[in-house]
Amino acid sequence: MKTLASIFATAVAAVALAVPAHAQQLAPSPTIDAIKARGFVQCGANGTVAGFGLPNAQGVWSGLDVDVCRAVAAAVLGDASKVRYTALTAQQRFTALQSGEVDLLVRNTTWTLSRDVSLGLTFTGVNFYDGQGFIVKKSAGIKSAKELDGATICVQPGTTTELNLADYFRANKLKFTPVVIERLEENIAAYLAGRCDSFTTDVSGLASIRASNVPVPADHVILPEVISKEPLGPSVRKGDQRWADVVRWTFYAMLDAEELGLTSANIDSMLSSTNPAIQRFVGATGGFGAMMGLDNKWSYNIIKQVGNYAESYQRNIVPLGIERGVNRLWTQGGLMYNPPIR
Amino acid sequence: MAVSSAGSGGRRGSSMRLSLNDPTFRAIFWQIAVIGGFVLIVWWLISNTLHNLEVRAIATGWNFLSREAGFAIGESIIPFEPENTYSRALLVGILNTLRVSIIGIVLATILGTFVGIGRLSKNWLVSRICSVYVEFMRNLPLLVQLFFWWAMFQDAFPGPRQALQPVPGVFFSNRGIKIPIPAEHWVHGWMAAACIVGIVAGVFVRRWARARQATTGQQFPVFWASVGLALGLPFVVWLFGGAPVAMDWPALRGFNFQGGLTLTPEYAALLVGLVTYTGGFIAEIVRAGILAVPHGQTEAAAALGLRKGPMLQLVILPQALRVIIPPMTSQFLNLTKNSSLAVAIGYPDLVSIANTTLNQTGQAIEGIAVIMGAYLTVSLSISVFMNWYNKRIAFKER
Repeated sequence: MKTLASIFATAVAAVALAVPAHAQQLAPSPTIDAIKARGFVQCGANGTVAGFGLPNAQGVWSGLDVDVCRAVAAAVLGDASKVRYTALTAQQRFTALQSGEVDLLVRNTTWTLSRDVSLGLTFTGVNFYDGQGFIVKKSAGIKSAKELDGATICVQPGTTTELNLADYFRANKLKFTPVVIERLEENIAAYLAGRCDSFTTDVSGLASIRASNVPVPADHVILPEVISKEPLGPSVRKGDQRWADVVRWTFYAMLDAEELGLTSANIDSMLSSTNPAIQRFVGATGGFGAMMGLDNKWSYNIIKQVGNYAESYQRNIVPLGIERGVNRLWTQGGLMYNPPIR
Repeated sequence: MAVSSAGSGGRRGSSMRLSLNDPTFRAIFWQIAVIGGFVLIVWWLISNTLHNLEVRAIATGWNFLSREAGFAIGESIIPFEPENTYSRALLVGILNTLRVSIIGIVLATILGTFVGIGRLSKNWLVSRICSVYVEFMRNLPLLVQLFFWWAMFQDAFPGPRQALQPVPGVFFSNRGIKIPIPAEHWVHGWMAAACIVGIVAGVFVRRWARARQATTGQQFPVFWASVGLALGLPFVVWLFGGAPVAMDWPALRGFNFQGGLTLTPEYAALLVGLVTYTGGFIAEIVRAGILAVPHGQTEAAAALGLRKGPMLQLVILPQALRVIIPPMTSQFLNLTKNSSLAVAIGYPDLVSIANTTLNQTGQAIEGIAVIMGAYLTVSLSISVFMNWYNKRIAFKER
């Protein structure tokens, strides 16, 4: 009798499992299969910019971008620590993603049309709204980027930065001399030595440099002009739609949690919440994880182990002296807005 | 093995059999098999790459060359603006690479020759200094040396507003060395043409002088005549052009100097780094070349009554050059290829610009192909020239 019952139970369970799986027709995802098989997410990160992706003295990575990698690992594998990082330069990053060396690229990368369309990659969202600016020495007595006519400007190659710089000076009919140096460290050295009057990159990067790479931060000012739109976000290879969905909704889950007031500290107590949105979020109802081929606890794991977007921002970006600004939630007048999880 | 046995088979004059036991057939069979295999591998690589690029939706082709580049380049021989095309940007890169390679090769050869001869000097101090120099330069990685020179140029000189002025009009600052140049004038193009005419005329004078010496035994100061022609003709043209003396003086305006000719710290650091590094290797080659000439040759020349100058020019150098040229070719090629380290210190050479290009367009394979094609062309040109020169000076067996 016992065996008969168990066979019956197995059959019921099999049908119960097979029906939704069949109904959803889960798209195959070679990337997710590979991650599950090897047991960790291979993440392309920066490695030199504090606040976004930087390993500490013990080799533990942290940063806003790194948190996206950790959140993806929490969603797919249930453990945020199962990430291995590949430090990539601006030049290496796309090739690394295209060739499959990394599963996803989260390396303060600007989402542009040409990159989205012709590089064989898909951007899955924007985890930081940035813009390009200039840093100059206070002693130069400059108040505006418009005063930079004739200046020598250090810049890293292989970035939208190089193009924006040329565009800005062309548009304002100003002249400049670029000095294009591959590595960030040498760029900063050249700027500090006075080889360049200014160094240009995203404002967040400038703030990071001012906070951690110059001897006396007060001797340097970031000019008020922001000369470009730099929506920075994670990207994945084209052709694996389910993987792109997982990365996209992982970040949206971090935003959604902030909006719902869910944090790593309170999410356990919220498991029993009666708010239907929170019930959906923690996986009690809806089965949204299964729709993506993940555990229904995927979003719970993200928040429990990594935290919501506000926590990540507070941990990584605020120490650089950058306010939330446009990166606030839409409910607070910012640009961060996620489609609903339902 | 197969080839030599094929040769012996051919000598026997036997007809070829379609069997692997037949040496001639076996040789042909293996050659076809190897070439066929090679072609297959190349075809597979290319088709596989194209397929993968297509699957991953990565753009391919050369259309990007005619698109607007959009980025600026710090220094260039030809005018370049961000609205110019990628192909022009790449041309700027190639010219910048050539600019540092050609001048580098000339300077490294001069430096290396002096140090190489200096190492053979009987003066203890001179030979020791040269030895230390060679060992120091050869045993430090080039990239480290480049960073060293770069930091030197950056940190040793003051900012443009406190620029040093050793002679009026010449400024040393961390923006580079500024020197005044003659202001633009139409006569300069003609002067350059006159200089080329002078050099060509010098070659003919040399031929004429040789023929005259062979028939009459009289000598002619060929060297001074050639120098006179190469410099004198442009001078005459300059006089005819109204002898313009207006100069383009560098002047501090705003952030930096305007006008004059600039030697940027990046270019200077790269040039000095490449010249001193390669010079160390060339010194050893020159020393080896001179030591390879038996001392008996010097004594024989002295016995014929030749003075020191002609002895070196007519007896020692022609024999030493035979030993020196082939390894020297490798050093010239090394210098050219090593110039690709420029991107580390911010000199816009071919690799730097091609890297930017492939990053903006995402077309890595095409970008790398441009780099490889350009270096291959330059290197093979140097090789062909040096091999020609090597053949020319080679010992003629009669």
